[in-house]
Amino acid sequence: MKLETIVNKLGLRLLCSEKKLKQEITGGYASDLLSNVIARSKQGDVWVTMMSHANIIAVAVLKDLGGIIITEGREPDTDTIKKATEEQVPLMLTTLSTFQVVGKLYEMGIHPGS
Amino acid sequence: MDNTFLQTFKIQGGNIYNAGKASTEIKAILKQLGINAKIVRRVAIASYEAEMNVVMYAKQATLKFEVSPSQISITVEDEGPGIPDVGLAMQEGYSTATPEMREMGFGAGMGLPNIKKNSDYLKIESILGKGTKVTITLNVN
Repeated sequence: MKLETIVNKLGLRLLCSEKKLKQEITGGYASDLLSNVIARSKQGDVWVTMMSHANIIAVAVLKDLGGIIITEGREPDTDTIKKATEEQVPLMLTTLSTFQVVGKLYEMGIHPGS
Repeated sequence: MDNTFLQTFKIQGGNIYNAGKASTEIKAILKQLGINAKIVRRVAIASYEAEMNVVMYAKQATLKFEVSPSQISITVEDEGPGIPDVGLAMQEGYSTATPEMREMGFGAGMGLPNIKKNSDYLKIESILGKGTKVTITLNVN
């Protein structure tokens, strides 16, 4: 599924890396523990988290993730957005909870990546 | 060896708000060198966890990154508190992270286990009050 479809269906606010909208999302992962994400997420996953600091960008880059959805209305700081823009990591915001986002993604057919 | 790539990075301890720079660069270099994507990701994970340990616990460190036709190795030598019990630190779930680190999503107790899982050879030498040296090697083939 294209990232664009996820952004539209969930009404997410995309902050940067619009060029990646046509990219395929092949799975999903949710956690606020960075080492968990480093260990278990898969390439092409969309990552759902309420973490919003700059470290999430390094994790997404290192694991070739397809994008990050920041939940619960959290706003990343300018440093995080700058880094995401530089590294071309799509950052998406929502006021929904992680639980709600994951539920919707699952219904849309986004399952754990392989 | 002629075709060995070597680069050294300085890692500063303390700034956990924006870490992972050396690992991001290492990943980019390996990609440029045309290393298999799966190996690149393994190196990136191992190097990131080692880098984060320095940022969270040590004063500073030198990360030596070496790529030869058969092996990729990362050696991180820090000036820091050392690890009192390496066996315990290797256990998944064990963490000495502070509340501040945990708030930022660190402290899963998976750092060293993640390094082990993503390396072919791992050696940890630590002297209390002095520092820790972590040697990570991956086979290219």
